[in-house]
Amino acid sequence: MTALTASGAEAARRPQYGSISKSRRWALRWSYFFLVLFAIFFLTPPIYMFITSLKSSAEISAATNPWWVYSPTLDNYIELLTQNQYLIFFRNSAIVSVCVVAVTMVISVLAAFALARMKFWGSATLATGVFLTYLIPDTLLFIPLFKTFAFIRETLGIELINRWWTLIILYPTLTVPFCTWIMIGYFASIPKELDEAALIDGASWTQTLTKIFIPVALPGIIAATIFAFTVSWAQFLYPLAFTTSTDQLVLPVGIVTTLIKGDVFNWGQIMTGALLGAAPPLIIYAFLMDYYIAGLTAGATKG
Amino acid sequence: MADIAVPRAGTAVGAGGRASLHRLMQRKSTIAFLMALPLILVISLLVAYPAFYSIYLATLNKSMERFVGLGNFSFLFGRETFWLVVKQSCIFAITAVIFKALIGFVVAHFVHNIPAKGQRKWRGMLLVPWVIPPAMSTLAWLWLFDPSYSAFNWILAIFGIDPVPWTGNAHWARFAVILVNIWVGAPFFMIMYLAALKSVPEQLYEAAAIDGATWWQRIWYVTLPMMRNIIAITALFSLIVTFANFDIVRVLTAGGPLDYTHIFATWAFRVGIESGDIPLGASVSLFMVPILAVAAWFILRDINQRGNEA
Repeated sequence: MTALTASGAEAARRPQYGSISKSRRWALRWSYFFLVLFAIFFLTPPIYMFITSLKSSAEISAATNPWWVYSPTLDNYIELLTQNQYLIFFRNSAIVSVCVVAVTMVISVLAAFALARMKFWGSATLATGVFLTYLIPDTLLFIPLFKTFAFIRETLGIELINRWWTLIILYPTLTVPFCTWIMIGYFASIPKELDEAALIDGASWTQTLTKIFIPVALPGIIAATIFAFTVSWAQFLYPLAFTTSTDQLVLPVGIVTTLIKGDVFNWGQIMTGALLGAAPPLIIYAFLMDYYIAGLTAGATKG
Repeated sequence: MADIAVPRAGTAVGAGGRASLHRLMQRKSTIAFLMALPLILVISLLVAYPAFYSIYLATLNKSMERFVGLGNFSFLFGRETFWLVVKQSCIFAITAVIFKALIGFVVAHFVHNIPAKGQRKWRGMLLVPWVIPPAMSTLAWLWLFDPSYSAFNWILAIFGIDPVPWTGNAHWARFAVILVNIWVGAPFFMIMYLAALKSVPEQLYEAAAIDGATWWQRIWYVTLPMMRNIIAITALFSLIVTFANFDIVRVLTAGGPLDYTHIFATWAFRVGIESGDIPLGASVSLFMVPILAVAAWFILRDINQRGNEA
């Protein structure tokens, strides 16, 4: 497949560079050669996930060629998707991610607008603070948060540990700083004349935000939304630390902790579960790749 | 950063005289503060407060009733496992970041080399490891490394090579953990470097070619200096993320065999949540702070500099 497209591209290119030097052509060939090698390295695990997901337990334990499916079956998929437990994980993940995305976007768009266009006491410090919080990892915060939640249970009687909706409170710590940061960048790049004109015409700040800033910065908003979704879908540490019973788990933790039963690894099902769990971000990525990449590069280059 | 500091918006609404202008300005700053309030609450309650709280927690004894000062730290310094974790965290982060940067740089060049039409497709394919949630892709690696059914060992067996204990032996387990980390992180570098490569003006290469520069000289004297900023900032970002990594080690080895792959985050989880010694866990995770602070300081300085240049 790759070899075919490579030679196709080569042929299309040749007339353009009729007198292209030999070394240039060799450079191109080597580029394709190494790209194929790296693509194999990068794509082996997901492909292997797919191969294994089509195998029955019997075929896996027979230790035949692991890279080939002799009798493909969809049993793993059917079993997982009719199994209540997996669907609960999926539902929890979906609700948590959608809520986190909504909360994140409201908080960060409002804050980014205030920080990019309206000055108030300490706004410059706050902008720096937003960036610094983005650099504080979840691995530093989960222990004190765990203790705080235990303390809230003792004093206020509100149970926050082992509740899936607690994650909706926790995940914004990971998404809000980054999304605010890239939204500040996008908003700051909008020409000031635009909102000044609106203000002269008598638009309120709310109208300036909804009628001018949000439509103009839509690519940035999409990029930030994708980021927030991907992060909350993939988050592993918080759910692992804060939820334990099977009806409260989200996908990544659910697959890791429940499909592995004792020493018995049902690899066909684990791989199917992981592949289905990876599907939502992959599908979003497939359709919105350019926004995804814009958001990725904006984090470090904007500002 | 400089361009965030904002507007002399008075010009736009100046019609109503000094007093009303003043009032309006005041009202505007109030609105702005209210708009930023949710952000301030999230940052202060869920990030800043826990961060400082963990410093306090680290000074308590296991049952959290007694103040022990630096007792937890001196206890850690006396434990062999702690120094093992320090060593492994550094090896893990530094090796992984170096290889991610190298692979990212090389792959970005190859993608940049091929005709523009095909670049999108290749870029899309090569970014896949970054898109899959790490906990899930690490499961695939765990299965590829399985002691009895390893698909890699099956291939090695064809060439008559003995099965490799990918996660069973201390050295191989460290190698496996780093390899998976490189696999997850290299595409990010590739994307960043590709964006940087595209921003290098073509004329510079033409000038270098006229001067008879070899490909190596072109990279050394044109590409690298032009990309210096992006290379540095990407590496620093990745250093922070890699140093604080949890998912990959947790799923692949859970710190084993015999603590030989534990890094700060996974060991803090083991000690703090699983063994229930919250203060000790907090102390362990606090050791990540110095390196994170240094990296953050460099990043911030770099961003401020660029803000001033712009």
